[in-house]
Amino acid sequence: MSFEIHVSRRLGDREIALSLSSGGGLTALFGPSGAGKTSLLNMVAGLLRPDIGWIAVAGETLYDSEKGVDVAIERRRAGYVFQDGRLFPHKRVRANLVYGERLADAANRWIGLDEVVTFLGIGGLLDRWPQTLSGGEAQRVAIGRALLSGPRFLLMDEPLASLDAPRREEIMRVIERVRDELALPILYVSHDRREIDRLATRVVELL
Amino acid sequence: MGLTADEWDIIRLSLKVSFVAVGLCLPVAFALAWVLARGRFPGKLLLDGIVHLPLVLPPVVTGWLLLIGFGRNGPAGVLLYDWFGLTLIFRWTGAALAAAIMALPLMVRAMRLSIEAVDQRLEGAARTLGARPVHVFWTITLPLSLPGVLAGAVLGFARSIGEFGATITFVSNIPGETRTLPIAIYAALQVPGSEGVVTRLAIISVILSLVALIASEALSRRAGAGRGNHVL
Repeated sequence: MSFEIHVSRRLGDREIALSLSSGGGLTALFGPSGAGKTSLLNMVAGLLRPDIGWIAVAGETLYDSEKGVDVAIERRRAGYVFQDGRLFPHKRVRANLVYGERLADAANRWIGLDEVVTFLGIGGLLDRWPQTLSGGEAQRVAIGRALLSGPRFLLMDEPLASLDAPRREEIMRVIERVRDELALPILYVSHDRREIDRLATRVVELL
Repeated sequence: MGLTADEWDIIRLSLKVSFVAVGLCLPVAFALAWVLARGRFPGKLLLDGIVHLPLVLPPVVTGWLLLIGFGRNGPAGVLLYDWFGLTLIFRWTGAALAAAIMALPLMVRAMRLSIEAVDQRLEGAARTLGARPVHVFWTITLPLSLPGVLAGAVLGFARSIGEFGATITFVSNIPGETRTLPIAIYAALQVPGSEGVVTRLAIISVILSLVALIASEALSRRAGAGRGNHVL
């Protein structure tokens, strides 16, 4: 099993709960805005602590409220692609890309800068500042930055949300290739049915 | 505008006192700004109040408190003398301490704002990429808040140059030791026929303060504009 997520967490007056066992490929969390999809990704990444439950990815327990396991964010090896890209504004594209690569153990890196640049077609962007990038370019760089940190799995939070139709198509192709060619388990959040139909290996619907 | 040797000495002393004051204040102000921006603890309002006290207290009271604390028989004064052989009272180092205390609230304010302006979601992103919190601080938080931190330091420098009340109360008016620009101007005003000295020193004060203010404002704007200005 790739993702084992059995958690609940109270946020304000809402209860966010999920029980999910999923294999490889792309697992989509689908549901309306406000269903707590991003909160669930944050719990897997370690940015938000569940009240109760356990999370394991590829056989390794990341969080278990009963056994008192809570792996530090930086040691979870999650490749998190945020909705807004969240590139570091004070670093050029190249420095953004290698930020996580420099921190990863050599044994954990499975892809290099040249390979990522070719794979994503971002060779012409390396010396640019993030704020000069278009939405699609920024999202490709964000995906590259996540891949270079040597992740064991990817978390993608509506990576197409801020893009126009042609850019969506472009990034969707990139995500398909990440899913198929790199064979990385992906937990993917969206509220767009068509996007999910095309990309998901498995869909989990949240209410 | 010809300055006499004495006047140059006064300017040099003022600059020395202010630089040391800012250097002394910088790490303390940053730590306080950090705690006030990010910390959640009981007594935060009280700490905030104490930090801002020198801004609203009559400077002569601040000077008097320094006298009590750092004077020859004051608890801090005794410790400093016993451990380091350091005397602050009636010395330029005491003037630097007084200036540092008076500059502290201004520096903390500017730095706190710039730390609060850093998007904490970027710090979260850095964590997911494998950065421990200390590394996140050095590579994300500090560089992003740096213009504001520098703006605060320059503002503190300007404030130190102008410091008068607490300084004259704590370290008095000793030519060549504690007679900084404002104190020299005040002293000259007591002597008939020294309009020339007063005018020259006042002009120097205005220039120094104005340059520091403009530099501080330019740095703040840079902080406010994000990193867009790196582009061109």
